[in-house]
Amino acid sequence: MTFPQLIFWVTAAVILASALQVVTTRNIVHAALWLIVTFFGVAVLFVLLDAGFLAAVQVVVYIGAIAILIIFAVMLTRRVMQDTGSQTNRHLIAPAVLIGGVLFVALLFVFSRTRWPLSSAAVPPDSLQILGLELTSPDFYMTALVTVGVLLAAAMVGSIAIARDEEKD
Amino acid sequence: MDFFSDPIAFIANLLRTWLAFIPEPWLSLLLMTFGVVVVGSAALVLPLFTIWLERRVIARMQDRIGPNRVGYQGLLQTIADAIKLMTKEDITPLGADKVVYNLAPILVVISVITMWAVLPFAVNIYGADLNIGVLYIVAVGSLGTLAIMLGGWASNNKYALLGAFRTVAQLVCYEVPMILSMVVPVLIASSWALAQGQTDFNPMSLKDIVVAQQSVPFLLVAPVAALIFFISSVAETGRAPFDLLEAESEIVAGFNIEYSGMKFGMFMVAEFLHAFTVGALVATLFLGGWHGPWATQYPLLGMVYFLAKSFAAYFLIVLMRAALPRIRIDHLFEINWKFLVPLAVAAIVVTMVVNKLVDPAVVGLGWNALALFASNLVVAWVAFNWASAQARWLRRQEEAKLQALPDLPGGHDEAHSPAQPAGAH
Amino acid sequence: MTDIPLDWYLWLSAALFCIGVYGVLARKNAVAILMGVELMLNAVIVNLVAFWRYLTPTGSAGMVWALVVLAVAAAEAAVGLALIISIYRRRQSVVAEEVNMMKF
Repeated sequence: MTFPQLIFWVTAAVILASALQVVTTRNIVHAALWLIVTFFGVAVLFVLLDAGFLAAVQVVVYIGAIAILIIFAVMLTRRVMQDTGSQTNRHLIAPAVLIGGVLFVALLFVFSRTRWPLSSAAVPPDSLQILGLELTSPDFYMTALVTVGVLLAAAMVGSIAIARDEEKD
Repeated sequence: MDFFSDPIAFIANLLRTWLAFIPEPWLSLLLMTFGVVVVGSAALVLPLFTIWLERRVIARMQDRIGPNRVGYQGLLQTIADAIKLMTKEDITPLGADKVVYNLAPILVVISVITMWAVLPFAVNIYGADLNIGVLYIVAVGSLGTLAIMLGGWASNNKYALLGAFRTVAQLVCYEVPMILSMVVPVLIASSWALAQGQTDFNPMSLKDIVVAQQSVPFLLVAPVAALIFFISSVAETGRAPFDLLEAESEIVAGFNIEYSGMKFGMFMVAEFLHAFTVGALVATLFLGGWHGPWATQYPLLGMVYFLAKSFAAYFLIVLMRAALPRIRIDHLFEINWKFLVPLAVAAIVVTMVVNKLVDPAVVGLGWNALALFASNLVVAWVAFNWASAQARWLRRQEEAKLQALPDLPGGHDEAHSPAQPAGAH
Repeated sequence: MTDIPLDWYLWLSAALFCIGVYGVLARKNAVAILMGVELMLNAVIVNLVAFWRYLTPTGSAGMVWALVVLAVAAAEAAVGLALIISIYRRRQSVVAEEVNMMKF
């Protein structure tokens, strides 16, 4: 086993173990913390995939923003959830496991049946510059960039409007 | 190889010859670990000095003497304090989440120390030259926010949790102008490098940003961005005048109220080290890093310049802490969202437009720098006038409110009337 | 780099996605359901980046769409959590099954 393979297996084990903790642990704050571990593992995978930029973005966006947002939400809605014991719907465990398992097997089946047109090219050293130029070029992905900008602005306005305490205003 | 032209390679070669009996991949790994340990320990030892410096400087500002008993001029005071903290009882509150509670102080120190990995100390002395250096700083810095949240929650104390809420709200808000103002040096470095026809250049790497400041530091080219970066990253450290997280005279100490002994000490170390790291970042991004006379021939001299600039920026932070009063929490957020963020966006837009109109590739770096400086002055002037007009308008509103109040005996008007006889007391 | 076959990443992301599906289906707490959604989105991003690296490493389409998914995830988390907090304020509950006002 080579060194990258070793890193991959360790990271994969960490990701899957922490993801399982996210969906099974009783303490909802602990679930959020395990979620952060999962995000970290995925960031390591991005480094393995020569996408250091995405790894940094993953840490900034997921851990710096989304995870903190989730922890905030957990703590703001905590009083009631503290004493409700199990966090899982008992009658839904079996169907959920079934659906998840069937989906997993189906995905594996599809993956094993497909011949991917693999490319042996290396990532160009200035891939980050290419990404930046293509993101802002009308010939490539400027539409995506602008759409995401509009979406984020709409989400910001919408979440402020939703979460505002109307009775106090 | 000459020690003075490339000290790191010299030491590495020396170690390689001494440790030649170790097989190759492990030897490189060992040397890397060695480098990490050296930089990390240097970063951790630094607060021993800066804490003393800060206490002495603030004491001078407040007309006191400060610690001067342990060692020469009290230099060993911090070590004595550290020993004291280590011998104290390490209390874990009842009902605390033990793992998270112990993890938080470690994480907060890690988040600061790992920033040192990308700081360029001299022309060829740096930990790693990441092509996403600026983003890395932001990413690692956000771990500190997380650690504070965890510490506040795991203490099982509602005041600690409230303190953590305040802290995280502040840190998350001030991250926005900090990131936006970091974009400006990246933009300028990139367009200057393109103008000079450099191909092997990563505009987000801190090393290349410093290289781009060879002729003129970015402080002179982008003073507005420098100011925003300075203010918002001082707010990120959570020090006075932004120390709402541990406003010790108003609320309990905030998220770290339950921590004692060395765990509390680690929060302190992280705070002081973070303050110095902010100084180092200001020096890297805006003050020209290691640039100075003969810095390229003698990297150690460059390191001296870098440290001198970092200490200058850090000294300013210390003076701010001693001189400015703590700001109110609603003012804190208003300054951020209504002043710093729009100003940072304006600085980015102005930089981009000026770089397009006065293209450095066409007119040369000098004219471009001059145009950028002039445009920054215009932005600063407009922002200043707008802010003072806003403040005047707010004051008029307050005064109108006071005027509308009914006259009460012993009320507003009487207390401030100049008719009171002097010497009545 | 070539030591790791593409299939490993695909298996991993499939497993991560299915764990997320389980979380969404079986969890009571609305915030925990949202965490499951985040897991699923992360699996998608892993897939996108792995395909980018192994199929078209010289282009940047995979990176761009990974970034788009990241931004959508951020927007989704913000709006979702705002909804949850709003519901909590009205109903004093974040249990997804108890939010059944539409049945009346």
